[in-house]
Amino acid sequence: MLSEANQRRVEELRKRYPTSQALVLPVLWIVQEQEGYISEDSMKYIGTLLNVPFGHILGVVTFYTMLQKKAVGKHHIEVCTNISCMLRGSGKILEHLEKRLGVNAGETSPDQRWTLSEAECMGSCGTAPMIAIGDEYYENLTLEKVDKLIDSLR
Amino acid sequence: MNLRPVDTEKLTTWTPIILPDVRGLHKIDYYIANGGYKGLRKALEMKPEDVIDEVKKSNLRGRGGACFPTGLKWSFMPKNSGRPKYLCVNGDESEPGTFKDRQIFEFNPHLLVEGTLIACYAMGIMSAYIYIRGEYGKWIHMLQKAVDDAYAQGLIGEKILGTDFSTHITIHRGAGAYICGEESSLMNSIEGERGYPRVRPPFPAQVGLWGCPTTINNVETISNIPFIINHGWEWYSKIGTPKHPGPILVGVSGHVNNPGVFEMPTGEPLLEIIYKWAGGIPGNHGIKAVIPGGSSTMILRGDQLEGVRMDADSLKAAGSSVGTAGIIVMDSTTDLIQVITRIARFYYHESCGQCTPCREGTGWMFKILRRFEQHRASIEDIDLLMDIANNIEGNTICALGDAAAWPVQSMIRRFRDEFEKRVEVSQKKALVV
Repeated sequence: MLSEANQRRVEELRKRYPTSQALVLPVLWIVQEQEGYISEDSMKYIGTLLNVPFGHILGVVTFYTMLQKKAVGKHHIEVCTNISCMLRGSGKILEHLEKRLGVNAGETSPDQRWTLSEAECMGSCGTAPMIAIGDEYYENLTLEKVDKLIDSLR
Repeated sequence: MNLRPVDTEKLTTWTPIILPDVRGLHKIDYYIANGGYKGLRKALEMKPEDVIDEVKKSNLRGRGGACFPTGLKWSFMPKNSGRPKYLCVNGDESEPGTFKDRQIFEFNPHLLVEGTLIACYAMGIMSAYIYIRGEYGKWIHMLQKAVDDAYAQGLIGEKILGTDFSTHITIHRGAGAYICGEESSLMNSIEGERGYPRVRPPFPAQVGLWGCPTTINNVETISNIPFIINHGWEWYSKIGTPKHPGPILVGVSGHVNNPGVFEMPTGEPLLEIIYKWAGGIPGNHGIKAVIPGGSSTMILRGDQLEGVRMDADSLKAAGSSVGTAGIIVMDSTTDLIQVITRIARFYYHESCGQCTPCREGTGWMFKILRRFEQHRASIEDIDLLMDIANNIEGNTICALGDAAAWPVQSMIRRFRDEFEKRVEVSQKKALVV
Protein backbone atom coordinates (compact mmCIF):
# COMPACT_ATOMS: atom_id res chain seq x y z
CA MET A 1 0.00 0.00 0.00
CA LEU A 2 2.84 2.41 0.78
CA SER A 3 4.88 3.65 -2.15
CA GLU A 4 8.41 2.31 -2.39
CA ALA A 5 9.91 5.61 -1.33
CA ASN A 6 7.64 5.69 1.69
CA GLN A 7 8.49 2.10 2.58
CA ARG A 8 12.13 3.16 2.65
CA ARG A 9 11.18 6.06 4.95
CA VAL A 10 9.56 3.57 7.31
CA GLU A 11 12.68 1.41 7.32
CA GLU A 12 14.80 4.47 8.11
CA LEU A 13 12.44 5.34 10.96
CA ARG A 14 12.81 1.89 12.49
CA LYS A 15 16.42 2.75 13.30
CA ARG A 16 15.28 5.73 15.31
CA TYR A 17 13.01 4.03 17.82
CA PRO A 18 13.49 1.01 20.10
CA THR A 19 9.94 -0.32 19.50
CA SER A 20 7.90 -0.61 16.33
CA GLN A 21 4.84 0.75 18.12
CA ALA A 22 6.64 4.11 18.37
CA LEU A 23 6.38 4.28 14.58
CA VAL A 24 2.60 4.44 14.71
CA LEU A 25 2.35 8.24 14.62
CA PRO A 26 5.14 8.80 12.07
CA VAL A 27 3.69 6.12 9.78
CA LEU A 28 0.17 7.50 10.14
CA TRP A 29 1.58 10.83 8.94
CA ILE A 30 3.23 9.16 5.97
CA VAL A 31 -0.02 7.40 5.04
CA GLN A 32 -2.02 10.59 5.38
CA GLU A 33 0.49 12.43 3.20
CA GLN A 34 0.21 9.72 0.56
CA GLU A 35 -3.53 9.01 0.70
CA GLY A 36 -4.98 12.27 1.99
CA TYR A 37 -6.69 10.51 4.89
CA ILE A 38 -6.48 7.32 6.91
CA SER A 39 -8.98 4.65 5.91
CA GLU A 40 -9.81 1.56 7.91
CA ASP A 41 -7.85 -0.49 5.38
CA SER A 42 -4.83 1.73 5.93
CA MET A 43 -5.13 1.23 9.66
CA LYS A 44 -5.19 -2.54 9.19
CA TYR A 45 -2.19 -2.30 6.88
CA ILE A 46 -0.24 -0.22 9.42
CA GLY A 47 -1.20 -2.68 12.15
CA THR A 48 0.32 -5.54 10.16
CA LEU A 49 3.35 -3.48 9.14
CA LEU A 50 4.19 -2.51 12.73
CA ASN A 51 2.84 -5.60 14.45
CA VAL A 52 0.38 -3.56 16.47
CA PRO A 53 -3.31 -4.53 16.84
CA PHE A 54 -5.79 -2.72 14.60
CA GLY A 55 -7.71 -1.57 17.67
CA HIS A 56 -4.63 0.22 18.95
CA ILE A 57 -4.14 2.03 15.65
CA LEU A 58 -7.81 3.04 15.64
CA GLY A 59 -7.40 4.32 19.20
CA VAL A 60 -4.47 6.50 18.15
CA VAL A 61 -6.16 7.79 15.00
CA THR A 62 -9.27 8.82 16.91
CA PHE A 63 -7.23 10.61 19.58
CA TYR A 64 -5.45 13.15 17.37
CA THR A 65 -7.45 15.86 15.62
CA MET A 66 -5.06 16.25 12.68
CA LEU A 67 -5.45 12.64 11.57
CA GLN A 68 -8.33 12.52 9.10
CA LYS A 69 -10.67 9.56 9.21
CA LYS A 70 -12.36 10.47 5.95
CA ALA A 71 -11.43 12.34 2.81
CA VAL A 72 -11.27 16.10 3.16
CA GLY A 73 -11.71 18.66 0.41
CA LYS A 74 -8.92 19.66 -1.94
CA HIS A 75 -8.27 22.68 0.24
CA HIS A 76 -8.67 22.17 3.96
CA ILE A 77 -9.09 25.60 5.51
CA GLU A 78 -8.68 25.81 9.26
CA VAL A 79 -9.67 29.00 11.00
CA CYS A 80 -8.23 29.63 14.44
CA THR A 81 -10.96 31.01 16.70
CA ASN A 82 -9.11 30.80 20.00
CA ILE A 83 -8.87 33.94 22.10
CA SER A 84 -5.95 35.86 20.59
CA CYS A 85 -7.52 35.42 17.15
CA MET A 86 -11.02 36.01 18.51
CA LEU A 87 -9.95 39.36 19.98
CA ARG A 88 -8.69 40.34 16.54
CA GLY A 89 -11.73 39.36 14.52
CA SER A 90 -11.51 35.66 13.66
CA GLY A 91 -15.29 35.39 14.07
CA LYS A 92 -15.79 37.62 11.04
CA ILE A 93 -13.22 35.66 9.04
CA LEU A 94 -15.02 32.39 9.73
CA GLU A 95 -18.43 33.87 8.99
CA HIS A 96 -17.13 35.31 5.73
CA LEU A 97 -15.61 32.00 4.67
CA GLU A 98 -18.82 30.13 5.46
CA LYS A 99 -20.76 32.49 3.22
CA ARG A 100 -18.18 32.63 0.50
CA LEU A 101 -17.62 28.87 0.26
CA GLY A 102 -21.20 27.87 1.03
CA VAL A 103 -20.20 25.43 3.74
CA ASN A 104 -20.42 25.59 7.51
CA ALA A 105 -17.45 24.97 9.79
CA GLY A 106 -16.89 21.23 9.96
CA GLU A 107 -18.26 20.56 6.47
CA THR A 108 -16.88 19.73 3.05
CA SER A 109 -18.36 21.26 -0.09
CA PRO A 110 -20.30 18.81 -2.33
CA ASP A 111 -17.68 19.23 -5.09
CA GLN A 112 -14.97 18.14 -2.61
CA ARG A 113 -13.15 21.38 -3.22
CA TRP A 114 -13.29 22.91 0.27
CA THR A 115 -13.29 21.66 3.80
CA LEU A 116 -13.77 24.35 6.42
CA SER A 117 -12.87 23.77 10.07
CA GLU A 118 -12.69 25.79 13.21
CA ALA A 119 -9.34 25.17 14.90
CA GLU A 120 -7.79 25.70 18.28
CA CYS A 121 -4.76 27.96 18.76
CA MET A 122 -2.13 27.27 16.11
CA GLY A 123 0.58 29.48 17.60
CA SER A 124 0.00 32.48 15.42
CA CYS A 125 -1.27 34.81 18.13
CA GLY A 126 1.08 37.67 17.22
CA THR A 127 -0.17 37.59 13.63
CA ALA A 128 -3.86 37.10 14.34
CA PRO A 129 -6.29 36.49 12.83
CA MET A 130 -5.02 33.56 10.82
CA ILE A 131 -6.01 30.51 8.86
CA ALA A 132 -4.02 27.45 7.92
CA ILE A 133 -4.36 25.52 4.68
CA GLY A 134 -2.31 22.36 4.99
CA ASP A 135 1.11 23.32 6.33
CA GLU A 136 0.81 26.89 5.12
CA TYR A 137 -0.17 29.70 7.51
CA TYR A 138 -1.92 32.84 6.26
CA GLU A 139 -1.59 35.54 8.87
CA ASN A 140 -2.64 39.10 9.72
CA LEU A 141 -5.80 38.49 7.72
CA THR A 142 -8.47 40.91 6.61
CA LEU A 143 -11.63 40.00 4.70
CA GLU A 144 -10.02 41.39 1.54
CA LYS A 145 -6.97 39.19 2.00
CA VAL A 146 -9.20 36.17 2.54
CA ASP A 147 -11.08 36.92 -0.67
CA LYS A 148 -7.86 37.25 -2.64
CA LEU A 149 -6.60 33.99 -1.21
CA ILE A 150 -9.79 32.11 -2.08
CA ASP A 151 -9.71 33.57 -5.60
CA SER A 152 -6.16 32.33 -6.04
CA LEU A 153 -7.16 28.82 -4.97
CA ARG A 154 -10.22 28.52 -7.17
CA MET B 1 5.10 40.10 13.30
CA ASN B 2 7.73 42.15 15.05
CA LEU B 3 10.54 40.10 16.41
CA ARG B 4 12.59 43.12 17.22
CA PRO B 5 10.85 46.42 17.79
CA VAL B 6 12.63 49.36 16.21
CA ASP B 7 13.17 51.19 19.46
CA THR B 8 14.45 48.25 21.53
CA GLU B 9 17.49 50.26 22.55
CA LYS B 10 15.37 52.75 24.41
CA LEU B 11 13.57 50.06 26.37
CA THR B 12 16.42 47.97 27.65
CA THR B 13 20.13 47.58 27.35
CA TRP B 14 19.52 43.93 26.55
CA THR B 15 20.80 42.70 23.20
CA PRO B 16 18.86 39.61 22.15
CA ILE B 17 20.83 36.37 22.18
CA ILE B 18 18.17 33.72 21.59
CA LEU B 19 16.67 35.65 18.70
CA PRO B 20 19.52 38.00 17.76
CA ASP B 21 19.33 40.35 14.83
CA VAL B 22 21.57 38.28 12.58
CA ARG B 23 20.39 37.49 9.08
CA GLY B 24 20.73 33.91 7.91
CA LEU B 25 21.49 32.58 11.37
CA HIS B 26 19.31 29.55 10.65
CA LYS B 27 22.02 28.35 8.25
CA ILE B 28 24.73 26.26 9.84
CA ASP B 29 27.62 28.24 8.30
CA TYR B 30 26.25 31.52 9.60
CA TYR B 31 25.56 30.00 12.97
CA ILE B 32 29.12 28.70 13.28
CA ALA B 33 30.57 31.96 11.97
CA ASN B 34 28.69 33.73 14.76
CA GLY B 35 30.20 31.58 17.48
CA GLY B 36 27.76 28.70 17.18
CA TYR B 37 28.59 25.25 18.63
CA LYS B 38 31.29 26.84 20.79
CA GLY B 39 29.22 25.97 23.83
CA LEU B 40 29.15 22.33 22.75
CA ARG B 41 32.91 22.26 22.23
CA LYS B 42 33.43 23.79 25.63
CA ALA B 43 31.01 21.36 27.29
CA LEU B 44 32.74 18.38 25.72
CA GLU B 45 35.93 19.44 27.49
CA MET B 46 34.13 19.54 30.82
CA LYS B 47 33.03 16.65 32.99
CA PRO B 48 29.33 15.91 32.51
CA GLU B 49 28.59 16.53 36.19
CA ASP B 50 30.29 19.93 35.93
CA VAL B 51 27.97 20.84 33.08
CA ILE B 52 24.97 19.97 35.26
CA ASP B 53 26.49 21.95 38.09
CA GLU B 54 26.92 24.98 35.86
CA VAL B 55 23.26 24.84 34.83
CA LYS B 56 22.21 24.36 38.45
CA LYS B 57 24.17 27.40 39.61
CA SER B 58 22.83 29.52 36.76
CA ASN B 59 19.34 29.27 38.33
CA LEU B 60 17.79 28.64 34.92
CA ARG B 61 14.15 27.72 35.37
CA GLY B 62 12.04 25.91 32.80
CA ARG B 63 10.30 28.07 30.24
CA GLY B 64 7.45 25.66 29.55
CA GLY B 65 5.22 27.01 32.30
CA ALA B 66 6.17 25.26 35.53
CA CYS B 67 9.41 27.24 36.15
CA PHE B 68 11.12 24.15 37.57
CA PRO B 69 14.90 24.56 38.10
CA THR B 70 16.50 22.93 35.06
CA GLY B 71 19.81 21.91 36.65
CA LEU B 72 17.98 20.24 39.52
CA LYS B 73 15.82 18.31 37.06
CA TRP B 74 18.95 17.14 35.24
CA SER B 75 20.53 16.00 38.49
CA PHE B 76 17.59 13.61 39.08
CA MET B 77 18.79 11.45 36.21
CA PRO B 78 20.46 8.28 37.55
CA LYS B 79 24.14 7.91 36.67
CA ASN B 80 24.73 4.22 36.35
CA SER B 81 21.36 2.59 35.91
CA GLY B 82 22.54 0.41 33.04
CA ARG B 83 19.42 1.40 31.11
CA PRO B 84 19.28 3.75 28.13
CA LYS B 85 18.38 7.34 28.99
CA TYR B 86 16.32 9.73 26.92
CA LEU B 87 15.80 13.43 26.44
CA CYS B 88 12.52 14.82 25.16
CA VAL B 89 12.55 18.40 23.99
CA ASN B 90 9.06 19.75 24.25
CA GLY B 91 8.09 21.85 21.25
CA ASP B 92 4.41 21.06 21.38
CA GLU B 93 3.71 24.76 22.03
CA SER B 94 -0.08 24.63 22.11
CA GLU B 95 -0.91 26.94 24.97
CA PRO B 96 -3.22 29.62 23.56
CA GLY B 97 -1.33 32.91 23.43
CA THR B 98 2.06 31.21 23.05
CA PHE B 99 4.11 31.44 19.87
CA LYS B 100 7.74 31.68 20.98
CA ASP B 101 9.28 28.25 20.25
CA ARG B 102 8.20 28.69 16.69
CA GLN B 103 10.58 31.68 16.42
CA ILE B 104 13.47 29.51 17.60
CA PHE B 105 12.72 26.81 15.00
CA GLU B 106 12.63 29.47 12.31
CA PHE B 107 15.35 31.92 13.25
CA ASN B 108 17.80 30.02 15.44
CA PRO B 109 17.29 26.26 15.05
CA HIS B 110 20.96 25.40 15.60
CA LEU B 111 20.83 27.00 19.03
CA LEU B 112 18.22 24.41 19.94
CA VAL B 113 20.30 21.62 18.40
CA GLU B 114 23.38 22.78 20.29
CA GLY B 115 21.50 23.01 23.58
CA THR B 116 20.04 19.54 23.02
CA LEU B 117 23.52 18.10 22.43
CA ILE B 118 24.92 19.72 25.58
CA ALA B 119 21.97 18.40 27.61
CA CYS B 120 22.55 14.90 26.23
CA TYR B 121 26.25 15.08 27.07
CA ALA B 122 25.57 16.31 30.61
CA MET B 123 23.10 13.52 31.36
CA GLY B 124 24.77 10.73 29.40
CA ILE B 125 21.93 10.48 26.89
CA MET B 126 22.35 8.84 23.50
CA SER B 127 18.95 9.55 22.05
CA ALA B 128 16.92 12.77 22.04
CA TYR B 129 13.46 13.36 20.61
CA ILE B 130 12.29 16.82 19.73
CA TYR B 131 8.50 16.70 19.81
CA ILE B 132 6.88 19.39 17.70
CA ARG B 133 3.18 20.05 17.32
CA GLY B 134 1.73 18.71 14.06
CA GLU B 135 0.46 22.10 12.91
CA TYR B 136 4.04 23.38 12.70
CA GLY B 137 4.77 21.38 9.51
CA LYS B 138 6.68 24.28 8.02
CA TRP B 139 8.82 24.71 11.12
CA ILE B 140 9.40 20.97 11.45
CA HIS B 141 10.99 21.07 7.99
CA MET B 142 13.15 24.03 9.03
CA LEU B 143 14.41 22.26 12.14
CA GLN B 144 14.88 18.99 10.22
CA LYS B 145 17.13 20.85 7.79
CA ALA B 146 19.20 22.16 10.71
CA VAL B 147 19.46 18.67 12.22
CA ASP B 148 20.46 17.17 8.85
CA ASP B 149 23.14 19.83 8.36
CA ALA B 150 24.49 19.25 11.86
CA TYR B 151 24.65 15.51 11.17
CA ALA B 152 26.54 16.21 7.94
CA GLN B 153 29.15 18.21 9.88
CA GLY B 154 29.65 15.53 12.52
CA LEU B 155 27.96 17.55 15.24
CA ILE B 156 25.28 14.91 15.79
CA GLY B 157 25.74 11.14 15.51
CA GLU B 158 28.62 8.86 16.38
CA LYS B 159 31.78 10.18 18.05
CA ILE B 160 30.81 13.84 17.97
CA LEU B 161 33.71 16.19 17.16
CA GLY B 162 36.13 13.30 17.56
CA THR B 163 35.19 12.58 21.16
CA ASP B 164 33.66 9.42 22.63
CA PHE B 165 30.32 11.15 22.93
CA SER B 166 27.61 9.91 20.57
CA THR B 167 23.99 10.93 20.42
CA HIS B 168 21.12 11.03 17.97
CA ILE B 169 18.38 13.59 17.53
CA THR B 170 15.00 12.64 16.06
CA ILE B 171 12.16 15.03 15.36
CA HIS B 172 8.78 13.59 16.27
CA ARG B 173 5.69 15.22 14.81
CA GLY B 174 2.59 15.55 16.96
CA ALA B 175 -0.86 15.39 15.41
CA GLY B 176 -3.05 18.00 17.06
CA ALA B 177 -3.51 17.39 20.77
CA TYR B 178 -2.92 20.12 23.33
CA ILE B 179 -2.50 17.48 26.03
CA CYS B 180 0.67 16.17 24.38
CA GLY B 181 2.49 19.24 25.69
CA GLU B 182 2.07 17.66 29.12
CA GLU B 183 5.32 15.78 29.67
CA SER B 184 3.99 12.31 30.46
CA SER B 185 1.41 12.51 27.70
CA LEU B 186 4.20 13.56 25.35
CA MET B 187 6.11 10.41 26.21
CA ASN B 188 3.06 8.24 25.57
CA SER B 189 2.61 9.99 22.26
CA ILE B 190 6.19 9.19 21.25
CA GLU B 191 5.63 5.59 22.26
CA GLY B 192 2.75 5.40 19.79
CA GLU B 193 -0.04 5.51 22.34
CA ARG B 194 -3.00 7.81 22.76
CA GLY B 195 -1.69 10.91 24.50
CA TYR B 196 -2.88 10.09 28.00
CA PRO B 197 -0.91 11.57 30.92
CA ARG B 198 0.67 9.14 33.36
CA VAL B 199 0.27 8.96 37.12
CA ARG B 200 3.31 10.20 39.05
CA PRO B 201 5.26 8.88 40.88
CA PRO B 202 7.19 7.28 39.34
CA PHE B 203 8.67 10.43 37.85
CA PRO B 204 10.19 10.44 34.34
CA ALA B 205 13.76 10.59 35.68
CA GLN B 206 13.14 7.05 37.01
CA VAL B 207 10.49 5.66 34.68
CA GLY B 208 10.06 7.67 31.52
CA LEU B 209 10.16 6.88 27.84
CA TRP B 210 9.97 3.08 27.38
CA GLY B 211 10.35 2.73 31.13
CA CYS B 212 13.80 4.34 31.08
CA PRO B 213 15.14 7.47 32.80
CA THR B 214 13.96 10.49 30.85
CA THR B 215 14.22 14.26 31.08
CA ILE B 216 11.73 16.54 29.39
CA ASN B 217 12.67 20.18 28.77
CA ASN B 218 10.99 22.97 26.87
CA VAL B 219 12.51 24.24 23.58
CA GLU B 220 13.24 27.68 25.00
CA THR B 221 14.80 26.20 28.15
CA ILE B 222 17.19 24.10 26.08
CA SER B 223 18.02 27.13 23.93
CA ASN B 224 19.40 28.90 27.01
CA ILE B 225 21.93 26.16 27.72
CA PRO B 226 24.66 27.10 25.19
CA PHE B 227 24.91 30.60 26.71
CA ILE B 228 25.25 29.26 30.24
CA ILE B 229 28.12 27.03 29.15
CA ASN B 230 29.73 29.70 26.97
CA HIS B 231 29.58 32.58 29.41
CA GLY B 232 29.36 30.74 32.73
CA TRP B 233 26.68 30.57 35.37
CA GLU B 234 27.71 33.84 37.01
CA TRP B 235 27.10 35.84 33.88
CA TYR B 236 23.79 34.15 33.26
CA SER B 237 22.46 34.40 36.79
CA LYS B 238 22.88 38.18 36.71
CA ILE B 239 20.47 38.64 33.79
CA GLY B 240 17.05 39.84 34.96
CA THR B 241 15.56 38.71 38.26
CA PRO B 242 17.97 36.72 40.48
CA LYS B 243 15.44 34.01 41.40
CA HIS B 244 14.23 33.56 37.82
CA PRO B 245 17.07 34.85 35.69
CA GLY B 246 17.88 34.91 32.02
CA PRO B 247 16.43 36.20 28.82
CA ILE B 248 12.80 35.30 28.30
CA LEU B 249 10.74 35.26 25.12
CA VAL B 250 7.57 37.18 25.82
CA GLY B 251 4.71 36.93 23.37
CA VAL B 252 2.16 39.71 23.33
CA SER B 253 -1.14 39.28 21.52
CA GLY B 254 -4.70 40.54 21.58
CA HIS B 255 -5.53 44.25 21.71
CA VAL B 256 -2.11 45.81 21.17
CA ASN B 257 -0.72 47.88 18.33
CA ASN B 258 2.44 45.90 17.87
CA PRO B 259 1.94 42.22 18.76
CA GLY B 260 4.89 39.87 18.60
CA VAL B 261 7.59 37.95 20.45
CA PHE B 262 10.08 40.09 22.35
CA GLU B 263 13.25 38.87 23.99
CA MET B 264 13.99 40.65 27.26
CA PRO B 265 15.52 39.95 30.64
CA THR B 266 13.02 38.54 33.15
CA GLY B 267 11.40 41.04 35.47
CA GLU B 268 10.37 43.74 33.00
CA PRO B 269 7.27 45.65 34.15
CA LEU B 270 4.12 44.19 32.59
CA LEU B 271 2.69 47.62 31.77
CA GLU B 272 5.91 48.63 30.05
CA ILE B 273 5.79 45.48 27.95
CA ILE B 274 2.24 46.26 26.90
CA TYR B 275 2.66 50.00 26.31
CA LYS B 276 6.23 50.25 25.08
CA TRP B 277 7.29 46.95 23.58
CA ALA B 278 3.87 46.10 22.19
CA GLY B 279 2.98 49.66 21.30
CA GLY B 280 -0.04 50.18 23.58
CA ILE B 281 -3.74 49.66 22.98
CA PRO B 282 -5.40 50.55 19.65
CA GLY B 283 -7.85 53.42 19.89
CA ASN B 284 -6.33 54.45 23.22
CA HIS B 285 -8.77 52.25 25.11
CA GLY B 286 -7.97 51.27 28.67
CA ILE B 287 -6.96 47.75 29.66
CA LYS B 288 -9.81 45.69 31.04
CA ALA B 289 -7.92 42.47 31.65
CA VAL B 290 -4.65 40.70 30.95
CA ILE B 291 -3.82 37.01 30.82
CA PRO B 292 -0.08 37.07 31.57
CA GLY B 293 1.23 33.64 30.65
CA GLY B 294 -1.01 31.77 28.23
CA SER B 295 -4.67 30.86 28.64
CA SER B 296 -4.10 28.59 31.66
CA THR B 297 -2.79 31.37 33.86
CA MET B 298 -5.09 33.39 36.08
CA ILE B 299 -6.54 36.51 34.53
CA LEU B 300 -5.57 39.88 36.02
CA ARG B 301 -7.67 43.02 36.17
CA GLY B 302 -6.40 46.00 34.23
CA ASP B 303 -6.29 48.03 37.45
CA GLN B 304 -4.02 45.58 39.28
CA LEU B 305 -1.10 45.65 36.85
CA GLU B 306 0.86 48.48 38.43
CA GLY B 307 4.20 47.19 39.69
CA VAL B 308 3.70 43.65 38.33
CA ARG B 309 6.79 42.28 36.62
CA MET B 310 7.31 39.51 34.11
CA ASP B 311 8.92 36.91 36.35
CA ALA B 312 7.75 33.92 38.36
CA ASP B 313 7.69 35.54 41.80
CA SER B 314 6.18 38.88 40.87
CA LEU B 315 3.33 37.25 38.95
CA LYS B 316 2.78 34.74 41.72
CA ALA B 317 2.47 37.58 44.20
CA ALA B 318 -0.04 39.24 41.88
CA GLY B 319 -2.16 36.08 41.95
CA SER B 320 -1.20 34.57 38.62
CA SER B 321 1.85 32.95 37.06
CA VAL B 322 4.39 33.54 34.32
CA GLY B 323 3.34 30.35 32.49
CA THR B 324 4.70 30.38 28.96
CA ALA B 325 4.97 34.19 28.99
CA GLY B 326 2.20 34.60 26.45
CA ILE B 327 0.52 37.86 27.37
CA ILE B 328 -3.01 38.34 26.05
CA VAL B 329 -4.29 41.90 26.36
CA MET B 330 -7.99 42.77 26.43
CA ASP B 331 -9.12 46.37 26.08
CA SER B 332 -12.02 48.05 27.87
CA THR B 333 -14.51 47.07 25.15
CA THR B 334 -13.90 43.32 25.54
CA ASP B 335 -16.78 40.99 26.39
CA LEU B 336 -15.10 38.87 29.05
CA ILE B 337 -17.99 36.41 29.15
CA GLN B 338 -17.27 35.62 25.53
CA VAL B 339 -13.56 35.31 26.33
CA ILE B 340 -14.00 32.88 29.22
CA THR B 341 -16.57 30.85 27.30
CA ARG B 342 -14.07 30.43 24.48
CA ILE B 343 -11.32 29.44 26.90
CA ALA B 344 -13.63 26.91 28.57
CA ARG B 345 -14.54 25.47 25.18
CA PHE B 346 -10.85 24.98 24.45
CA TYR B 347 -10.27 22.91 27.59
CA TYR B 348 -13.46 20.95 26.99
CA HIS B 349 -12.16 20.09 23.52
CA GLU B 350 -8.66 19.27 24.71
CA SER B 351 -9.41 17.25 27.85
CA CYS B 352 -8.12 13.76 27.08
CA GLY B 353 -11.03 12.17 28.91
CA GLN B 354 -8.99 10.05 31.25
CA CYS B 355 -10.07 11.61 34.59
CA THR B 356 -13.77 12.13 35.33
CA PRO B 357 -13.52 15.57 37.02
CA CYS B 358 -11.80 17.04 33.97
CA ARG B 359 -13.66 15.08 31.27
CA GLU B 360 -17.10 15.94 32.70
CA GLY B 361 -16.25 19.17 34.49
CA THR B 362 -14.77 20.98 31.50
CA GLY B 363 -17.96 20.23 29.55
CA TRP B 364 -20.20 21.41 32.37
CA MET B 365 -18.22 24.63 32.74
CA PHE B 366 -18.46 25.29 29.01
CA LYS B 367 -22.21 24.65 28.95
CA ILE B 368 -22.88 26.91 31.93
CA LEU B 369 -20.71 29.65 30.46
CA ARG B 370 -22.59 29.30 27.21
CA ARG B 371 -25.76 29.99 29.21
CA PHE B 372 -24.21 33.30 30.28
CA GLU B 373 -23.16 34.05 26.73
CA GLN B 374 -26.63 33.34 25.38
CA HIS B 375 -28.47 35.18 28.17
CA ARG B 376 -29.95 32.06 29.71
CA ALA B 377 -28.00 32.03 32.98
CA SER B 378 -29.30 32.75 36.44
CA ILE B 379 -27.41 34.32 39.33
CA GLU B 380 -26.93 30.93 41.02
CA ASP B 381 -24.96 29.76 38.01
CA ILE B 382 -21.99 31.87 39.13
CA ASP B 383 -21.48 29.82 42.29
CA LEU B 384 -22.30 26.59 40.48
CA LEU B 385 -19.53 27.36 38.02
CA MET B 386 -17.09 28.10 40.82
CA ASP B 387 -18.07 24.88 42.56
CA ILE B 388 -17.33 22.79 39.48
CA ALA B 389 -14.00 24.53 38.91
CA ASN B 390 -13.03 23.91 42.55
CA ASN B 391 -13.85 20.25 42.17
CA ILE B 392 -11.69 19.83 39.09
CA GLU B 393 -8.66 21.59 40.54
CA GLY B 394 -6.23 19.18 42.16
CA ASN B 395 -8.34 16.11 41.39
CA THR B 396 -6.83 14.99 38.11
CA ILE B 397 -3.75 13.06 36.99
CA CYS B 398 -2.24 15.98 35.13
CA ALA B 399 -2.34 19.77 35.27
CA LEU B 400 -4.86 20.17 32.44
CA GLY B 401 -7.64 20.01 35.01
CA ASP B 402 -6.04 22.84 36.98
CA ALA B 403 -5.39 24.75 33.78
CA ALA B 404 -9.08 24.52 32.95
CA ALA B 405 -10.17 25.55 36.45
CA TRP B 406 -7.86 28.51 37.01
CA PRO B 407 -9.13 30.83 34.26
CA VAL B 408 -12.72 30.23 35.37
CA GLN B 409 -11.96 30.67 39.07
CA SER B 410 -9.92 33.82 38.52
CA MET B 411 -12.50 35.27 36.15
CA ILE B 412 -15.25 34.84 38.74
CA ARG B 413 -13.06 36.08 41.57
CA ARG B 414 -11.84 39.17 39.74
CA PHE B 415 -14.75 39.94 37.44
CA ARG B 416 -17.81 38.74 39.35
CA ASP B 417 -19.43 42.04 38.41
CA GLU B 418 -19.29 41.04 34.73
CA PHE B 419 -21.24 37.86 35.43
CA GLU B 420 -23.79 39.69 37.57
CA LYS B 421 -24.23 42.39 34.95
CA ARG B 422 -24.78 39.72 32.33
CA VAL B 423 -27.55 38.10 34.35
CA GLU B 424 -29.14 41.49 34.97
CA VAL B 425 -29.12 42.32 31.26
CA SER B 426 -30.49 38.85 30.49
CA GLN B 427 -33.38 39.35 32.88
CA LYS B 428 -34.22 42.71 31.33
CA LYS B 429 -34.10 41.17 27.89
CA ALA B 430 -36.46 38.43 29.00
CA LEU B 431 -38.93 41.04 30.24
CA VAL B 432 -38.86 42.92 26.95
CA VAL B 433 -39.62 39.72 25.06
